[in-house]
Amino acid sequence: MASGLSESVIDMNQHVAPPGVPFHDLVAGRKAPAEARGLSITIDNLHKTFGEQPVLRGIDLRIEPGQFVTIVGRSGCGKSTLLRLLVGLEKPSSGSFWFGDRQDKQVQREDIRVMFQEPRLLPWARVLSNVEVGLGTQRKSEDARDRALATLREVGLEDRRDDWPSILSGGQKQRVALARALVSRPRILALDEPLGALDALTRISMQRLLERVWLDQRYTALLVTHDVAEAVTLADRVLVIEDGRISLDLAVDLPRPRERGSPEIAALEGRILRDLFKNSEAGEDA
Amino acid sequence: MSGAALPSGRFNSLAQWALPLAILVVWQALSTVGFIPVRVLPAPTEVLAAGWKLLSNGELLKNIWVSFWRAIVGFAIGGGIGFALGLANGLSRRSERYLDSTLQMIRNVPHLALIPLVILWFGIDEEAKIFLVALGVFFPIYINTQHGIRTVDTQLVEMGRTYGMSPTTLFWRVILPGGLPSIFVGLRYALGIMWLTLIVAETIAASSGIGYMAMQAREFLLVDVVVLSIVIYALLGKLADSAARLLERLCLSWHPAFQKA
Repeated sequence: MASGLSESVIDMNQHVAPPGVPFHDLVAGRKAPAEARGLSITIDNLHKTFGEQPVLRGIDLRIEPGQFVTIVGRSGCGKSTLLRLLVGLEKPSSGSFWFGDRQDKQVQREDIRVMFQEPRLLPWARVLSNVEVGLGTQRKSEDARDRALATLREVGLEDRRDDWPSILSGGQKQRVALARALVSRPRILALDEPLGALDALTRISMQRLLERVWLDQRYTALLVTHDVAEAVTLADRVLVIEDGRISLDLAVDLPRPRERGSPEIAALEGRILRDLFKNSEAGEDA
Repeated sequence: MSGAALPSGRFNSLAQWALPLAILVVWQALSTVGFIPVRVLPAPTEVLAAGWKLLSNGELLKNIWVSFWRAIVGFAIGGGIGFALGLANGLSRRSERYLDSTLQMIRNVPHLALIPLVILWFGIDEEAKIFLVALGVFFPIYINTQHGIRTVDTQLVEMGRTYGMSPTTLFWRVILPGGLPSIFVGLRYALGIMWLTLIVAETIAASSGIGYMAMQAREFLLVDVVVLSIVIYALLGKLADSAARLLERLCLSWHPAFQKA
């Protein structure tokens, strides 16, 4: 299970792709495709109830290793709850889920990382030290600092290593949070609307960054968002959750990098939006 | 104005002394022309002269040391217990349930009201003063520590847990630093209470210390020594506060409020 963790740290020089060459082609050419990195996720009839209020009413799902899955839905549909269940922040009311192929096998905490809607950086720790938090129990290891630095370089913030988080912009804070999530080389990355609070331009560059590191590391990515365009641009597969159930499971089979606003993306986006609004009158959801 | 062009750091550190200095000058001037009778308030130069006399015969330093020692020991005992209980009740709901309401009841008794009882228990020995100081500093430290720990950002705690921090790591890296700003508020407040308590205790029941020095001087109508004692209390108070501020600046350098613009 820990084999992936001992792997060498992210290679830094590969991230400036020559124009026109998709980034993952470079990665694939550099080393054997890292298909074994991600862990599969299997969810079996998962229910969650808060008090009397059912939030998830039976989720069955199988996510392939290394897949980028986005979950969309209206606020309160249970999409964030599903994510919080998977990362252990909530306990399921009934049903079960597991990672990897064997139900009885425990995964390490460092293998599953979360990025929250808020950066949640420690205000009293310098940027680099915040990234080191992501190493978990390996924080004391000899190469901890180097790994943190390498990951910080990955998100383009190496020169801010000694700054306090309070002087960073919102986008920079989320990049530090991303570095913290990635530094342990997780096999599953759960993202709970991490771009929700960012302005439109920062959002787009963050989406590119998310795609780039995912192509590089090939973890299984699970992104909760309410931005349908974002969901389609990033995902291999889009899940729509409605009333605690999966109401649409849509494969997005478009080549990467994807062009924002292309007709194919717009068509898929339209289809998802139609599904989201099929049961509601105009204005009801405002 | 030329003042605005001065290096602001040095100017600001000097600026805080401008008003005390001005008061001294006016005071000296009014005493010299005889507007303030010597029996009411001696001139600053006379207070200084009294200070020099007591300094040279060693009495002043001895009394300052005695008062300082009482303050520190009382503060360490009361502050230590307050900090420990504040941590315990901030971290554990169960501990709070058993202890907090009792402590709140004791808190509502003015600790100086216990002086007669304390004299009966301890006489006018060191224990009496130390006990009162300890009791006085206990509550500000206790309440602010508990509040600081209790109000630590729960999102950060959740982050720490999901990132696999052990309870110990979580305490040292998330909970304690998060509580520090509030703990420092308690510290500075407690330092004020510490001097206040000591002055009262030494004035009422003591055989040494600055308060005792002042009361003795009163009996012999040595107004200059009385004023000197008051000035020394003011300086000691200022010293303690500056030390706390320095410590705060060092520990909270991450806090936006302590970062230079």
